[in-house]
Amino acid sequence: MKRFFTLILLPIIFLTACSVVTTSSQVSAHATQAQILTVFAAASLTDAFTEIGQNFESTHPSVTVKFNFAGSQTLRTQLEQGAVADVFASANQTEMDNAIKDGLIEQNVPQIFLFNKLVVILPPNNPANVQTLNDLTRPGLKLVLAADVVPAGKYARQILDNMSKNADFGYDFSTRVLANVVSNENDVKQVVAKVQLGEADAGIVYVSDTVATPEVKIIEIPANFNVIAKYPIAALAQAPNPNLATQFITDVLSLGGQAILKKWGFAPAQ
Amino acid sequence: MNSLRRFFRRLASNGHRDWIFIVPSLFLIALLGLPLLALILRSFDQEFFSYAFSPSALTALRLSLVTSLISVIIAIAFGTPLAYMLARWKFFGKSFVELLIDLPVVLPPSVAGLALLIAFGRQGMFGSALSLLGISLPFTTTAVIMAQTFVSAPLYIRAARIGFAEVDIQMEEAAHVEGANQWQVFSEIMFPLAGRALIGGAILTWTRALGEFGATILFAGNLEGVTQTMPLAIYLGFERSLGVAIALSVMLVGVSVVLLLLTRRLEKNHGIHQR
Repeated sequence: MKRFFTLILLPIIFLTACSVVTTSSQVSAHATQAQILTVFAAASLTDAFTEIGQNFESTHPSVTVKFNFAGSQTLRTQLEQGAVADVFASANQTEMDNAIKDGLIEQNVPQIFLFNKLVVILPPNNPANVQTLNDLTRPGLKLVLAADVVPAGKYARQILDNMSKNADFGYDFSTRVLANVVSNENDVKQVVAKVQLGEADAGIVYVSDTVATPEVKIIEIPANFNVIAKYPIAALAQAPNPNLATQFITDVLSLGGQAILKKWGFAPAQ
Repeated sequence: MNSLRRFFRRLASNGHRDWIFIVPSLFLIALLGLPLLALILRSFDQEFFSYAFSPSALTALRLSLVTSLISVIIAIAFGTPLAYMLARWKFFGKSFVELLIDLPVVLPPSVAGLALLIAFGRQGMFGSALSLLGISLPFTTTAVIMAQTFVSAPLYIRAARIGFAEVDIQMEEAAHVEGANQWQVFSEIMFPLAGRALIGGAILTWTRALGEFGATILFAGNLEGVTQTMPLAIYLGFERSLGVAIALSVMLVGVSVVLLLLTRRLEKNHGIHQR
């Protein structure tokens, strides 16, 4: 019986200790009515938005910024199913348009806040010895893409299509490259992880994804084939904190915000 | 109907005490039941059949059934001797082995997937040796089976260990005295007496393998017909259209319900047989 009580007591003590630590750090926030700003953002924005969020918290001491990073289509479905958020930053216009169609966001509200292009990435030791884009067609190469429903995956397939129209690559270029796909990942960060670990020979991701992983090798995709992704951001029509949402978006579009985005490999839109 | 009347009579006779049991139970039953009910009801007004019987859904279903069945067979073939050892033998490091078997049950599957990748990935600790032999595990159906076995086999081993431990050791010793060999002891005594536990454990392992998601997507990736099992197709279907995801989910719930009913039926028959 004694042991039973010890078993029950231990987690309680642990939890109390934890909550004491967290409450003490939030005391100042409570004093001025803590507010929570919820931002749903595309997975590729993880690093940049985390930094912008930290800055926002330091300029707005009473605000805690909470992020939900996932594939844009996952975020849009979650919002559609009633998830509550203040801001939605999508990696493509399609999901923003879907959100408008569902009445989650008002028309003409979204603003383009950055551009992003795609690159081919290779593991640090380049096990398949990929030197040019043409090497992607070599049979047996292990290529990992984001799934075709994920913006990054859609863009990658568009790029392959663009290259197939060029005689240098050949009209079956896309088919031959896609035959090497060993996995369609659920978001672009998973593609980076598989290449970074050396499990895949190559992957196609946003150039911004390579900033946090400098060890991966990069092959540039020429501008005439590349797809420029435009990221729209908007406050939700039912945002619990519309004012904070507007302030956050202004922050993202400000010089400071755009500088942070540039630091993480994005091309600023402003 | 009769039992319902009895239930209400119970309520009427000493109602105020029974509520202590009924109210908390109903709360949890609602939490467990309502989401499934909503899922099934929602599937009616979607184009259920066109989604459920689309080629990619059927491919995922077939891959799920085949891989999970192989995982169960591996669990039985290699787990039965292990469970017997754990039930009957005393050996150095036994408690360590027991801990090792309990761990995958409580670990998040994503941890399992990451561990598999770091161990058996192409550039993993042991995988790099395999790749010298020309074997590369990630992104293959073998990787799916490994992930499923990793998370589900412990369920069978645990069940079988308990089943074997419950068989009276004197019966086994008597059979040995009578001159039975190890196989005869197993086929004549251990399997019939521990059978219920073994079958129950095997079906539980099967359903767990069927539902495996986290370890699979990390270690095996996602490719239709090769590594895209039902749970992966559901996750991706969720991003494509909710209808597909709901149809696939209802199918998976259906398969799991059939398997669980089968376990109960087997347990019941066995129980009657014993009496």
